Amino acid sequence: MNKMINVALPKGRLGDKAYKMLEASGYPCPAIYEDNRKLTFENPEAGVRYFLVKPSDVAVYVERGAADIGIAGKDILLEYKPDVYELLDLKMGRCRMCVAGPKDFHDDHAHTLRVATKFPNIARAYYSGLSREIELIHLNGSIELAPLVGLSDVIVDIVETGKTLYENGLAPLEEIVPISARLIANKSSFKFKGDALRTLCACMEKAVNP
Amino acid sequence: MRKAGTQMNNLRADERISIALRTMYRQYGYLPYKVSKFEEYDLYMRNKAFLMSENVLAFSDMDGKLMALKPDVTLSIIKNTKDEGDQLKVCYAEQVYRVPRGAKGFKEIMQTGLEVIGAVDAYTMGEVLMLAARSLKAISEDYALDVADLGVVSGILAKENLTDAQRAQLIALISDKNLHGLAAQCASLGVGTDTANMLEKLVTVYGPFEETLAQYEAMALPEACGEALANLRAVLEMMKLCGVERMNLDFSVVNDMNYYNGLIFAGFIDGVPSSVLSGGRYDYLMQKMGRSAQAMGFAVYLDQLARQMDTRCGYDVDTLIVYDSHTPQKRIIEAAAKATADGMRVRVQRVGETAVRSREMIDLCGEGKA
Repeated sequence: MNKMINVALPKGRLGDKAYKMLEASGYPCPAIYEDNRKLTFENPEAGVRYFLVKPSDVAVYVERGAADIGIAGKDILLEYKPDVYELLDLKMGRCRMCVAGPKDFHDDHAHTLRVATKFPNIARAYYSGLSREIELIHLNGSIELAPLVGLSDVIVDIVETGKTLYENGLAPLEEIVPISARLIANKSSFKFKGDALRTLCACMEKAVNP
Repeated sequence: MRKAGTQMNNLRADERISIALRTMYRQYGYLPYKVSKFEEYDLYMRNKAFLMSENVLAFSDMDGKLMALKPDVTLSIIKNTKDEGDQLKVCYAEQVYRVPRGAKGFKEIMQTGLEVIGAVDAYTMGEVLMLAARSLKAISEDYALDVADLGVVSGILAKENLTDAQRAQLIALISDKNLHGLAAQCASLGVGTDTANMLEKLVTVYGPFEETLAQYEAMALPEACGEALANLRAVLEMMKLCGVERMNLDFSVVNDMNYYNGLIFAGFIDGVPSSVLSGGRYDYLMQKMGRSAQAMGFAVYLDQLARQMDTRCGYDVDTLIVYDSHTPQKRIIEAAAKATADGMRVRVQRVGETAVRSREMIDLCGEGKA
């Protein structure tokens, strides 16, 4: 049985940052800097193999055991509720899951609230907690457009600086939950590669909470 | 060499394991129990949280009654038992229908397991756990069986004034090994520092059964945890007598406290991404269903195993017999009969057809040509 640690990294800025942290913690893989279109990178000496995947897919790779650990945003974990261990808050990629809408928006409860979002489960759970009936509109991108063109009343989305919102005359109205990147692990891998994964987790923790 | 066990070799890994498991359960006196594929929908609606997924395949019966294809076997078995006091030991192998976590549609899943309904004493608990460990071992030598006792968790939480929903939140965080989330949640719920520290221990202290249990026994846990710890100790001693290994004490297996109480466990196989076995004491479920008896059981889910464990062989049959228009039928029949009698899987095929993958080929072409 192959005892390499398989790590699913999200493509993009968060993945780059997470990789730097892993590199500094003793899990380097210089091949990752080569400018090519490869998706897997291996360093047998350090005992790691990295995959670059779409950020929203990291949890799928980890839950199904193709990767032993991965770095995923809390937003993805809340939305898909994968059956994984959430080992560490990496305290990076920080942002907030918010309800946003026109600055002067007032929910008058006279109609069903129309909510556009990439995160239907989070939106549904939040509004059912408020006992507010909503009509969900599932979009895949440019969520901010929805209230501008009358597609929805508000949106539920990730807000980092709020710049896109303000430039479009929108504002965050309510914060649902703070978001940051998390280190997740497959539950079965954690039994059978436990020592290696715990060591990696401890190294990462030192980097996060020095 | 092939001849022995040929029948078993033709089965898929999950079918083979299912038969091996039922044979083992029968040896320990668990009687086979057959439940109907259909069940009243209402049964599942009343016990939604006990099910792994809330989705149930429903349909209307002839009289308009709403029925369901059963997503679980345990509820049906309890429903069909009388509250008489005698201990009932049953085992089953059934297809269940539900939406696996993260999936978008229903799946037919092979569930094999056993239940004890009636008085559950220390011996019975040990026997069930021993059979759980042996079930895993029958699947693969590389297994791990994680146990915990919910009594420890409820003992720690006993003096905190929490709602069921709040307790469920804390338990979910323990089961995710989410230390940072647990600390934040304890702070926001106003849980005492002592309690929060002990809950943290449930996340961080896990490992081989015996040494980990000793660590818990050495901690100053509340008195309310005493019974659960003694329970775990009794189970451990019995597992040692049975020669069961590869057991861990790990509180990430904790589950819904509305249904389960006491001992709870989950089994893993190296190479299979999620748990293949889960079980425990479910006296509370019995009470909810109006029964006074205690109960314990486990289920093994074989759906993931077929893919992981079926070793692909490079051929479809053992012997390929090829004939043409000249070959006398008698020759073909004789050749096929001889090969099957030798325990071979035989494919008889006219020359010119795309050949299936075979280990050996008998070419009868041209035989009988004048």
